[in-house]
Amino acid sequence: MSLSHRREGPDRLYVITSGRSGGADQNLDAVTLIVAESAPTPGMQSEHARILNLCAGPLSVVEIAAHLGLPVTVVRILLTDLIDTGRVTARHPAPASPAYPLASPEVLEKVLVALHNL
Amino acid sequence: MHSTTSESPATEQTGSPTSPLPDSVAQALKIAVVGGFGVGKTTMVRSVSEIRPLTTEENMTQAGVGVDDLQGVEAKTTTTVAFDFGRITLDATSVLYLFGAPGQERFWFLWDRLFTGALGAVVLVDTRRLADCFYAIDRLEAQGTPFVVAHNDFGEAEYSLSEVRAALDLDPAVPLTRCDARDRDSAKRVLIELVEHIRSLVLAQAP
Ligand SMILES: Nc1nc2c(ncn2[C@@H]2O[C@H](COP(=O)(O)OP(=O)(O)OP(=O)(O)O)[C@@H](O)[C@H]2O)c(=O)[nH]1
Ligand SMILES: [Mg+2]
Repeated sequence: MSLSHRREGPDRLYVITSGRSGGADQNLDAVTLIVAESAPTPGMQSEHARILNLCAGPLSVVEIAAHLGLPVTVVRILLTDLIDTGRVTARHPAPASPAYPLASPEVLEKVLVALHNL
Repeated sequence: MHSTTSESPATEQTGSPTSPLPDSVAQALKIAVVGGFGVGKTTMVRSVSEIRPLTTEENMTQAGVGVDDLQGVEAKTTTTVAFDFGRITLDATSVLYLFGAPGQERFWFLWDRLFTGALGAVVLVDTRRLADCFYAIDRLEAQGTPFVVAHNDFGEAEYSLSEVRAALDLDPAVPLTRCDARDRDSAKRVLIELVEHIRSLVLAQAP
């Protein structure tokens, strides 16, 4: 499977992200779930419009990257623009609790039940 | 009603072309499947995933060129690694992502970028190329990420699990099992073993 940016080259990626390379929201985890809060508007950058269409329901950052055919790094920057302008909201993974740095027993129980039911 | 603009064909095992999650899902968890080339990582993810595995890339820009140095944009060298992933919706509010990723040293930046906060990892090993997983095991031990080791059975079966354990110099506390990554129940059993192992570690550490 060839990702589209291989053909497009680094210049194209530089344009997609408007030259930003250090401005990605550091809270954006690979599995942060993104939800669109508005429909695309005419004249919007096409990658932004595609993300809004994809995220009609919650979708992870890595799924968005796979569907757009863009590296995760680039998608993080695109998403940061959309978060900053309120067009999408982000549901971040819960941080580890001090009492249970690995995972809480409740979460593990939930995963086990779902795996057994697979 | 707007149409989706995804370039991907309808690649998923179920659902619409892009399979959005139910709106109530707010919590995502992750587990990584690591190992050498061709050991069965993608196969294991596919066996249990509710979507056909998707592929994407992460890259790391080599240090040494300032990010605000416009002249440096084309001069920067990047290491790129492809990884794939699948998904299991756990319940109305949570989803588990499974990542298949190479475990060799030069790909390890993926952990910092993508797998920080993972519940744990499955290390897949092929006894014909045992050394491919040494780095991953060392690294997981060093960073304190819970893991299990699964010998993906390609039919060679020349070694007992205790021989594999000895060859890997594996901590006796780390579960070691045999699996067939192509088989859903077998892959599922490995994941259950991992989560039960994590649970025992959590309960042992409990305040
Ligand atoms: N006999 C046997 N073959 C397997 C098993 N698991 C995977 N295979 C086959 O081995 C090959 C490699 O499996 P993949 O799942 O692509 O391995 P991978 O680790 O994702 O490989 P890379 O991503 O290329 O590093 C495929 O042809 C699989 O069908 C297994 O348990 N038994
Ligand atoms: Mg693979």
